[in-house]
Amino acid sequence: MTALPQPPRAYIGARLIDPSQSLDTRGGILTASGRIVETGPHVTAELARTAGAVIVDCRGACLVPGLVDLRVTTGEPGEEHKETIATAAAAAAAGGVTTFACLPSTDPPVDTVEALEFIARRARGRKGPKVFAHACVTRGRRGADLAEMGLLAEAGAVGFSDGDRAVADPVMMARALAYAAAHDRPVLQHPQEPRLAGAGQMHAGELATRLGLPGIPREAEVIQIERDLRLVTMAKGRLHLGPVTTREGVEAIRAAKARGVAVTADTAPFYVTLTETDVGDYRTFAKLSPPLRTDDDRAAVIAGLADGTIDALTSDHRPQDVDSKRLPFTQAEPGMVGLETLLVLSLDLVHRGHLSLPRLIAALTDRPASILNVPAGTLRPQSAADLLLLDPDRPGRIAVDRFHSKSKNSLYDGRPVMGRVLRTVVDGRTVYDAPDD
Amino acid sequence: MIPPRPASAPRPDLPRFRHRHLLAISELSADDIGLLLDTADGYVAANRATTGKGTTLAGVTVMNLFFESSTRTRTSFDLAAKRLGADTVNMSVATSSIKKGETLIDTALTLNAMHPDVLVVRHPESGAVSLLSQKVHCAVLNAGDGSHEHPTQALLDALTIRRRRGGIEGLTVAICGDVRHSRVARSNIHLLTTLGAQVRVVAPPTLLPSSVERLGVSAHTEMRAGLAGADIVMMLRLQRERMQGAYVPSVREYFRFYGLDQDKLRAAKPDALIMHPGPMNRGVEIDSTVADDIQRSVILDQVELGVAVRMACLDLLVDRLRYDRAAGRTDR
Repeated sequence: MTALPQPPRAYIGARLIDPSQSLDTRGGILTASGRIVETGPHVTAELARTAGAVIVDCRGACLVPGLVDLRVTTGEPGEEHKETIATAAAAAAAGGVTTFACLPSTDPPVDTVEALEFIARRARGRKGPKVFAHACVTRGRRGADLAEMGLLAEAGAVGFSDGDRAVADPVMMARALAYAAAHDRPVLQHPQEPRLAGAGQMHAGELATRLGLPGIPREAEVIQIERDLRLVTMAKGRLHLGPVTTREGVEAIRAAKARGVAVTADTAPFYVTLTETDVGDYRTFAKLSPPLRTDDDRAAVIAGLADGTIDALTSDHRPQDVDSKRLPFTQAEPGMVGLETLLVLSLDLVHRGHLSLPRLIAALTDRPASILNVPAGTLRPQSAADLLLLDPDRPGRIAVDRFHSKSKNSLYDGRPVMGRVLRTVVDGRTVYDAPDD
Repeated sequence: MIPPRPASAPRPDLPRFRHRHLLAISELSADDIGLLLDTADGYVAANRATTGKGTTLAGVTVMNLFFESSTRTRTSFDLAAKRLGADTVNMSVATSSIKKGETLIDTALTLNAMHPDVLVVRHPESGAVSLLSQKVHCAVLNAGDGSHEHPTQALLDALTIRRRRGGIEGLTVAICGDVRHSRVARSNIHLLTTLGAQVRVVAPPTLLPSSVERLGVSAHTEMRAGLAGADIVMMLRLQRERMQGAYVPSVREYFRFYGLDQDKLRAAKPDALIMHPGPMNRGVEIDSTVADDIQRSVILDQVELGVAVRMACLDLLVDRLRYDRAAGRTDR
């Protein structure tokens, strides 16, 4: 990721928000050679001229660190028809995401150094968003034998996860947490007890009963979370839980954090904007794992985000092609694309008064960057010039046919939103510029 | 583009059905249900007489598409269509291309291109018949989808009750057995509550679906309490693989607590009717002396009225189809 020499560039006249420095002020940023040189109110047109910089007038728009996405599924390797790393990166850029970490739930899964190096090769040499990768906790995501976590960490894995399969065996999970901790990596757990979830298709409740679909009880989430909160203390490891979707799950994490447990958590915009009723008449785009929950859960997840119990928002991007979704509900694959709607949907929480804009930006930048322990999500001088220029109040409409993602499995087509990504910058280079309408 | 088949004239004497398909009882109003039952009632006598083929559906093609094995329901639909003079084609999963990996949508589009007028579909997945109906030009009749609905079964049950008791409103109906996995239970719950009956479901706790009370019924795990004062006892079939430890410890334990025998039946009204959608597991969910009690068991009435109900459904759906085609509405 070495940047070519570029002329200095000054972004001026912006509302600067950088939670990593508790910054929320009018000002600007001076960048040179792909890095941030100056950040603050003193970066003005005058300073820009002195530095010989090209001026970008932000006209009052918000200038924030490029977003950091904890969990993105691509189809590479194995399902390139759904998404490649390149198309995911293009979607990320359009969504204001400058750093993301791929899940290892590919085909074959990323459970060896060779597989990890394949991802690194595919990601290298592109000028877009920075791609990191998680590796499997267990070989083949089968939950039986540990993957070579040390070697994988050395080769650059930022975290360990078995994707949407929770590590079910408590002995294996305790060992994984302890082992990963020795390499200073978190274990990401899918908070869903697999046997309780069983063949469940959606949230267990009245609607599942009406539709004749097997349900996933809310207890499947809190039981997995509470078990792992005990295991992480025992193993002295670092646990990351997500996506969290239930009131009980949020409450268990809140109590654990108060006890000082080494846990972090995330959720995705789906779980704060949709509920089980969006399944409607067997809409497979609303089939997610974990499933969409009730309105009460949605409120609890939002409260968890507001008080920091839930640290981060992730896109939980999961591309599926038409043939994986145009099926009877039980046969359809779970998941929704999310990279291009992460920011605009999250802004809804700000417009409704649930979160301040700086808190939201923290959940999208500083917090996930520190969970992944990657140098991103900050506007501090000397950092990479990974920036997002956004207008949080510009009205618009989500248009799935304009997505850069190869897959279009989004329930949000046509949804009116407030907020727009104006420009995404990686290492000082503009990788996305909003088209004029 | 092949033009749609020429339309026969819609019948002026028939009130028009408000739906293009019959997918779920939950979509029907009390008036819709009343129209279906009244029409079916009119076919009962014709069905008994040996007057040969009718002509109401002459020239109409009815395709029975069964992705799940069934002899009784398919035969009932086949007979109903034939008695109205329709041409019928039976397709079952064993001989179809589903086994070759063709998707449901492709099957739908392929069959649609052959221009059937009515597709009667049974599928093991909830919602599959509704999905299929979105892709075809013909009328689609749900003959059972997963654990979702089985509308004609509920209609024939209602017709049976209505002919025996004169109406549905105010009756207390106990639906007993594997409510969790039963499409028959769901369709009956919707139909009976819509027509004003008090509905109870009776099952072991492991076979009650989540939040079932929200469907407007009361749930009971003690069978005598569930049957107390009931006018109608509706038994459900329990699949054997579910009572060998998965949901219920054993067959004999199930029969002990939830099998309908003379003793438990005493909790219901003395003249309570006994119903079962078939096929019965004698000695599992129902005792033979109860099933064969000619005073109270209406199980064979149900089978007989099933043909009349399916004739009515086909008649009303085809009439609606003819009306739509005459009006030039042939879109999906």
